[in-house]
Amino acid sequence: MFGAGIIVFRETLEAALFVGIIAASTRGLVNRTHSLSMGVALGALGSLLMASMMGHISDWANGIGQEIVDAAILTIALVMLAWHCIWVSNNSQRMVQEAKQIGSATSQGHQTLWALAIVVALSVLREGAETVLFVSGLMAGSTMSTGELISSAFAGVALGICAGWLVYAGLGFIKTRRLFQITNILILLLAGSLASQIAKTANQADWISVFGEQAWDVSHLIPSDSITALVMHGIFGFDASPTQLQVIFYLTAITMIWTAARQMKFHNSHHQGFNNTHKFSVPN
Amino acid sequence: MRHTSTKLWAIALVLSVTNFLPVSSAFAADLELSMVIKNHMFDPSELKVPANQRIKLNIQNLDKTAEEFESHSMKKEKVIPAGGKAVIFLGPLKPGSYEFIGEFNPKTAKGLVIAE
Repeated sequence: MFGAGIIVFRETLEAALFVGIIAASTRGLVNRTHSLSMGVALGALGSLLMASMMGHISDWANGIGQEIVDAAILTIALVMLAWHCIWVSNNSQRMVQEAKQIGSATSQGHQTLWALAIVVALSVLREGAETVLFVSGLMAGSTMSTGELISSAFAGVALGICAGWLVYAGLGFIKTRRLFQITNILILLLAGSLASQIAKTANQADWISVFGEQAWDVSHLIPSDSITALVMHGIFGFDASPTQLQVIFYLTAITMIWTAARQMKFHNSHHQGFNNTHKFSVPN
Repeated sequence: MRHTSTKLWAIALVLSVTNFLPVSSAFAADLELSMVIKNHMFDPSELKVPANQRIKLNIQNLDKTAEEFESHSMKKEKVIPAGGKAVIFLGPLKPGSYEFIGEFNPKTAKGLVIAE
């Protein structure tokens, strides 16, 4: 009974940490709770659907249908996170100003909320489908009573949500100005983590077989299946023994998003500076 | 402004597309192996494979419940539906032994790939 709850907890943890970080990064945005809850609900519904279709999905494309779906989910989520990072670096000053002026709510950020709600839905979908399959498997062929099973599954999900909430609450202690800086870095790292998982999927499906060698292995220090490794994986994509390709994808994604965000910021401040000078020089 | 954002979108697009490209799907597996899952156990549970080669592993799940093939050391994670099949590409592996488990039944579903 305990074992089943732990497996559910492990499956839930990654998505819960993800949602915790996203929720913290959107603190103060109007409609935030509504959008993110919608994302979680849609993801949960989708995972039921995906679990029921898993037999068909697996048979697609000579047995690599799962990888195709996985890679699509990860890529969409990655693009959304990249868009968010670029948007925030473009609007963070305004967000902080507004958050200070009118208390907590800010009307900015409808677009990025949409992007993040989609990311949340996809994250829940991916982990949720596995959880559904595991729990339905237990129901089909287990010595556990339905009551035991449901209570241990709920305990596992609840524990996972607690972990996500802890991250959210922890980030809540940070002041508004700093908060967006820190959550933006965390989201950048999450984007890297998604890219690394795309690399893993691409190798598993045989789309990319180069750079498949291990880059390093610290699993004797931090075992891959330990809670520490899982939490670090959920927060910044830690992997105890990644392949070279995973490291390349991780670093490439982070560098590209960071560069794009910076360029955008630079361009904007330059543009604003130009406008100000221009206004200033116009005689009244 | 508009121009730059278009450029950035192009960058994002290139990033996502290049991540997707099947760079070397022509790289066919050197060896094909099969394994079944029955009563939440792998059979055979030990696979001897040549080192430094690409291996195509076909897994058939004869149980009425789904299983998840997972190996941290080989970087694999894949659901095998109840009564379904899955293909997983392994390697090239350095000589050594690599554990894998069925994550949904970790007590019984255990196995080892030995690369020589």
